[in-house]
Amino acid sequence: MATIDVPQLNKAFASEYRFRQRTGKEYALLPLRFLPLDDDRYVATNFAGEYIVLARPDLQALIRHELVPQGGLYNALKAKHFLLDGDSSVAIDLLACKYRTKHSLLSQLTSLFLFVVTLRCEHSCPYCQVSRQSQDRHAFDMRRCDAERAIDFVFSSPSEHVKVEFQGGEPLLNFDLIRWVVDQVLERNETEKKQIAFVIATNLALIDNDILAFCKAHEIFISTSLDGPRDLHNANRPRPGHDSYERTLEGIAKARDALGRDRVAALMTTTRASLNQPEAIVDEYVRQGFTSIFLRALSPFGFAVKTGAIDGYTTDEWLAFYRRALAHILRLNMQGVVFREEYAALLLRKILTPYPTGYVDLQSPAGIGLSCIAFNYEGSIYASDEARMLAEMGDFTFRLGRLESDSIEAVLGSPKLLDYLAISMTESAPMCADCGLQPYCGSDPVYHYSTQGDMVGRKTTSGFCRKNMEIIKHLIRLLEDDREASPILRSWIR
Amino acid sequence: MSDMRQVAVALHSRLSMTRDAEPQVMRIATDSSCPSRKCTALVLPSLTVDVPSGFAAYFVRDSKPEALPGVSLLEPSYSLPSALSYLDEGDIIRLNPRYGHLWVMYRKASKANSMLLTEQCNSWCVMCSQPPVATDDRWLVDAWKSAIPLMATDTVELGITGGEPTLLGDAFLDLLATCKQHLPQTGLHVLSNGRLFNYLSLAQQVARVDHPDLVIGISLYSDIAWQHDFIVQSPGAFDQTIRGLLNLARCGVRIELRVVIHSLSVPRLVGLAAFIARNLPFVEHVALMGLEPIGFARANLASLWVDPVDYHVELESAVSELAANSMNVSIYNHQLCVLPPTLWAFARQSISDWKNVYLPICEGCAVRERCGGFFHSAARSHSRAISPIAHDGHLVPS
Repeated sequence: MATIDVPQLNKAFASEYRFRQRTGKEYALLPLRFLPLDDDRYVATNFAGEYIVLARPDLQALIRHELVPQGGLYNALKAKHFLLDGDSSVAIDLLACKYRTKHSLLSQLTSLFLFVVTLRCEHSCPYCQVSRQSQDRHAFDMRRCDAERAIDFVFSSPSEHVKVEFQGGEPLLNFDLIRWVVDQVLERNETEKKQIAFVIATNLALIDNDILAFCKAHEIFISTSLDGPRDLHNANRPRPGHDSYERTLEGIAKARDALGRDRVAALMTTTRASLNQPEAIVDEYVRQGFTSIFLRALSPFGFAVKTGAIDGYTTDEWLAFYRRALAHILRLNMQGVVFREEYAALLLRKILTPYPTGYVDLQSPAGIGLSCIAFNYEGSIYASDEARMLAEMGDFTFRLGRLESDSIEAVLGSPKLLDYLAISMTESAPMCADCGLQPYCGSDPVYHYSTQGDMVGRKTTSGFCRKNMEIIKHLIRLLEDDREASPILRSWIR
Repeated sequence: MSDMRQVAVALHSRLSMTRDAEPQVMRIATDSSCPSRKCTALVLPSLTVDVPSGFAAYFVRDSKPEALPGVSLLEPSYSLPSALSYLDEGDIIRLNPRYGHLWVMYRKASKANSMLLTEQCNSWCVMCSQPPVATDDRWLVDAWKSAIPLMATDTVELGITGGEPTLLGDAFLDLLATCKQHLPQTGLHVLSNGRLFNYLSLAQQVARVDHPDLVIGISLYSDIAWQHDFIVQSPGAFDQTIRGLLNLARCGVRIELRVVIHSLSVPRLVGLAAFIARNLPFVEHVALMGLEPIGFARANLASLWVDPVDYHVELESAVSELAANSMNVSIYNHQLCVLPPTLWAFARQSISDWKNVYLPICEGCAVRERCGGFFHSAARSHSRAISPIAHDGHLVPS
């Protein structure tokens, strides 16, 4: 506030100067990182992930200890815990509290358990990394004895909230096992008393009234795939009859009827054919009554790309797609359509709130094993969904153990996993440690191992790094510069 | 007493006579067949002879008791002051016969009952509406301890204020426990500067009372330590309050934050909202409050007053910052006509009934029923924007 305009209080009160002078003339810097945001501005982040955008001369003044106490910028930096002066000592307590809050999910260990109940699928999507067209149930379905052990793992989690997600292949091809697992888990939970959510990730082609009745009775969520408009979706997801789109929509309608609108979600995967139609993809989601979309890039290390079954695309091509889609979504919101992009929403939660997010790919230490564990159909335990997909290509680097022989302590405490986690921490990884966006990003050892042969990775050429840095900077620029977009983005953190 | 005459509902009054007897806290009864009489004052509509004995006191409406034949039956009896003619079954009074003073401690029909535990305070806020008095006023806690068992068990909410109630130490904790014992259904709302919760032990002791519905409303005026300390005139207060908030949160005690808006707090209002959302997300409610121009606020009014229409931008930003972070935020003590309609949803009727008034100009206003109105003390100093609102939500041109 202006120092010339000192309010004149009644004589019974001490003057402002007596309190103001306490700041002193010098200040200390609290831990901070910074990075150019554009040609003349920098984004600086503090120890707990709060950010401030600074003009280059202001940043220089800050780190050269040349800022004048009392100015608006000085107060903003002080209140956001970028600097410390003689005024108060409480900043350290607050930073510690915020840091602890941001990392509070760590003590919970994983709460997400993936059950790959079968590898079989009746689709033959070219980008799919794992599915098999087979009638051989014994070769590609999870055995009940393995599922039983997997349930033991679920209940050994210290987390009070647990999510059990059934994956495939097409998990509905082994619905008997899903039914058995759900019954077992709920029975055990009568004494364990955890908050348990079930999700089935399915293409819905095989959904029927029996399955829906079971889902309704047990409050099971449905997560399906919808890539965009009919032609795009059907081109991406071939099946006999070329009717994947129709079957998906029919399935969504049925599932919504039976379970309620909020229990059915859809995911999209961006293929090369998607790149030039981001608006049409978003519009399709709006038309189908969804209130959000998760814009996901294809795993560039996947089976499909490696075998040349489909064309990949560069990170920059995907970023252009993402920016166009996001701009379209923001435009829709300005016209009154309430709709959000989930990847932006979770990054915004990391940027704008004091709370952590559990998203596997944006954790430090990495989310492998800590934010997610995958039980594969053949009884192996993997550190993540991508880790088991890598294994389908013959690389077992991220296999943590076997259901029939290993305990959760042995799996989560294995020197192998601990080594991977230790080197993955962005607080110390080369380049990440100095990155202004470190608090918002994370570490993906499976990605870097697959694309660069090294779990830490070389960030200068990393698509993961480029993608996240560009999106985060884009979001911060929108928050700072776009008066219309900013309140919309801020509403997504709720 | 001069201020008391201006309020909407008088809570104090002089009696026409004095007696040499100890002060006593009593429940009001209007039914003479009431069985428990030791701590009960019977209010009679008029002078009658057939009045049962045994009540702690008798009050007679519209009459002079000394004029009644057989007055000995009614001892001690008083004429009920007309300012307190609203007294009704279940209200609680404290009668000090030596001073001829009657204090209405609790009104059963009111939603705004609060217990002032002490006038002592360890802060000296420049806008304090209840300026601290350095006096031994422990009798107040004793009076409240006598009053609590007489209160209706269906009382929805009870405030605890001061001064600074936590200065009472064990007596404060004891009072919380008394409330829990006699009024387990009643929500307790304590107003505090939070500084003494800097001692973890006090936060732990409050938590250990294990009151089923207790919220502590703590004042915070800036995110810059010296600015808060200047406003509360107490070096080190900001750090104590912040550590106090962390201690209370650690002990699981529910917290509300209260921010009074004036010339010294407006400049950091938006920064403070962001600070709260980021550092104190565990508080369950944030109240952004208009100035009550009484006490120190009146003495400093020329320096402190900012017309609410001149801080619209700051108020809107602060509210949206908190609301976007899913924090429960309210605006207190602002009339609807001084707020932009975008903020109406956050405005609450926050002024206690006994000091809540409306102005003559409010007569023609379409939203008067939803509006919080004025402090009686604000009737003379208020926003230049006060104007009735038409049914279409626009100001009526004057």
